[in-house]
Amino acid sequence: MNIVKYRKIFYIISFVLIGVSFYSIFAFGLKTGTDFSGGSLLEIGFKEGAPSKEIVNKVIIDSGISNTVIQQIKEGGFSIKLREISQEEKNNILIGIQSLGFIPIEKSFTNVGPVLGKEALNKSIVSIILVLMAIVCFVAFAFRKVSKPISSWVYGFVAIIALLHDVIIPTGIFAIFGNLYGFEIDTLFITAILVILGFSVHDTIVVFDRVRENLNNSTPPKTTEEFDKIVDQSVRETFVRSLNTSLTTLLAIAVLYIWGPDSIKHFSLTLLIGITVGTYSSIFIGSPLLTTINRFKFKK
Amino acid sequence: MAKYKFWTVLFVAFCIWAGFFIWNGEKQDRSDKFKLGLDLSGGTRLIYKADTSIINESEADEAMVSLRDTIERRVNLFGVSEPLIQVQKSGVFGGGEERRLVVELPGITNIDEAIKKIGQTPSLEFKLLPKDVEEDIKTKELTDKNTISRMFVSTGLDGRMLEKATLQFDQNFANKPIVGIKFNEEGSKLFAKITRENIGNMVGIFLDGNLIEAPSIREEIEGGEAVITGNFSVAQAKQVIRDLNYGALPLPISLISTETVGASLGNEAVKSSVNAGLYAFIIISLFLIAWYGFNGLVASFALLLYSIINLLLFKFIPVTLTSAGIAGFILSIGMAVDANILIFERTKEELKKGKDKYDALNEGFNRAWSSIRDSNLSSIITAVILYYFASTPVVKGFALVFFIGVLVSMFSAITASRTILFAFTKNKN
Repeated sequence: MNIVKYRKIFYIISFVLIGVSFYSIFAFGLKTGTDFSGGSLLEIGFKEGAPSKEIVNKVIIDSGISNTVIQQIKEGGFSIKLREISQEEKNNILIGIQSLGFIPIEKSFTNVGPVLGKEALNKSIVSIILVLMAIVCFVAFAFRKVSKPISSWVYGFVAIIALLHDVIIPTGIFAIFGNLYGFEIDTLFITAILVILGFSVHDTIVVFDRVRENLNNSTPPKTTEEFDKIVDQSVRETFVRSLNTSLTTLLAIAVLYIWGPDSIKHFSLTLLIGITVGTYSSIFIGSPLLTTINRFKFKK
Repeated sequence: MAKYKFWTVLFVAFCIWAGFFIWNGEKQDRSDKFKLGLDLSGGTRLIYKADTSIINESEADEAMVSLRDTIERRVNLFGVSEPLIQVQKSGVFGGGEERRLVVELPGITNIDEAIKKIGQTPSLEFKLLPKDVEEDIKTKELTDKNTISRMFVSTGLDGRMLEKATLQFDQNFANKPIVGIKFNEEGSKLFAKITRENIGNMVGIFLDGNLIEAPSIREEIEGGEAVITGNFSVAQAKQVIRDLNYGALPLPISLISTETVGASLGNEAVKSSVNAGLYAFIIISLFLIAWYGFNGLVASFALLLYSIINLLLFKFIPVTLTSAGIAGFILSIGMAVDANILIFERTKEELKKGKDKYDALNEGFNRAWSSIRDSNLSSIITAVILYYFASTPVVKGFALVFFIGVLVSMFSAITASRTILFAFTKNKN
């Protein structure tokens, strides 16, 4: 297992992925759900015989509401995203559809005012920043006793790079999906990102912990090659454990995605992508970065 | 060796009992079922904003409690099982501080009914028009009701001090329906004081911020009784009286968010979640057996114990389960494998190095523990921050379940799992 030797390949893969993600985010933008932008979300189903999307759209436009996004969901139902509407307006829509001969069933209706939406957005941003900060401090603290040959802050720094990597790529993928399939960023997406952060650090720490232990048990490495060897050895020793944990977690999430309730399908998908990327970054990016930084310091 | 085997048998017995207990609890209509969030039980959530601008900041908290109690009384009237009514203060993000009331009604899907019964409650205020202002209005010949309304001054006498409202018929006006109000002791005193000090002035009676009428005060009114004539039909008067009686709201409220989840959607979600949980457990167990062989089977049992401990905690704390919460539980099962396997793996490593059993156990545990603790702490930090900043109950539910899951996995790793794993370790010596 020669992760360190081939690190340049892994760096390139990650660069490409991050580049594509950044591009997607800026080119396509991120579609926000009603959680953040406010508005209403109406989900309807039909017992027998469902109308087409155009018919539903016409009913809504006829009742004076424009700028709606209508998506088909399973069994002929629709998920309708609109501006904030009152109970009366919602009832009018349902009556309108009924008058055309269909039997709509209201599965769920959510109405969020703009103040609540903005608040949710602010809270989400703050929580992400806080988690990132907390993790940096935590990692630096946990590894405070390892100062040779690289200081504990380096561990924290590398962990953050890995974390940013793990956040940007799923977000980029969601920007692409948002453009193609209308996937939205909502509070559950942010939750998934935070879980990914927590998990990715978990994984990264497993490796770093081994590096620390191996460094403690041997003489301080005098050359970069010696350090590389220790890192390689640590990765090799923890590879199986990391892989196992990630695999069992991914299995659990995959089951959730396939058999779980519809409301968390996007949530599970985000987790699937994020944890895969997170595992990859812990093993193939986090540890090699340690050696790269070590080389950098060595040269000074 | 025997010690571990004994405990293992105990754990097996415990699992069987607990499994039966949980299964039974869900079957009939018992009170110890799992608490389900709205997205699983179906129902309605209404979020109201309370307008606290009319009272002092220091009294706001108390007023919110009074508001909460009043609404709860109303909600209990239409027989909802386990309604949840909470006061919330919005943080400093995105604007000034706002006080909110969250009303959750499981099982109620006729949201129009719900809003009507809760929301259309009038707030009652008595305000004074000082004499000089009255003169001002007369000279300027102001007629706009809104402008005039705003010139009234608050007296502190409002619906909070109302004891009772009754339907009366005004004999002087062809039995027109009028609303008779009686203040409580505090209100009566204040009313007497206001009328005593303001003879000749107009007192404005405001219902929901609208000026209903402004009679002149002719004399001091002791005994705290008054009438609101207005222009009510019998039906309207009855509605106002009913609402006033069930507690005039101490604060005006406006609806800022609603959410309804149909019962069928909720049931679907529960079924899918339970299925997902079962499949997840089976698939992970199969994986463990495939990877670790016999030890994998033992590890699966440790996982079963872990799951059961979690479920019991959810029942007894109790934790409100949402769809995201159950997702969090399933996620934590996947993650629990790590802590629970690691100690065992480490010990195997030490045994391979040739240490004797006791030392291997010790070393293995010590080495593994710091790694487990550190790597799970990051998840705990995430869960805590998520919980504190959660903007929806769905996220809050997830954070709590996730937090419990991580803690229990650490706990079970150093107690139950370790014991079970060692009970089955073949003695190499």
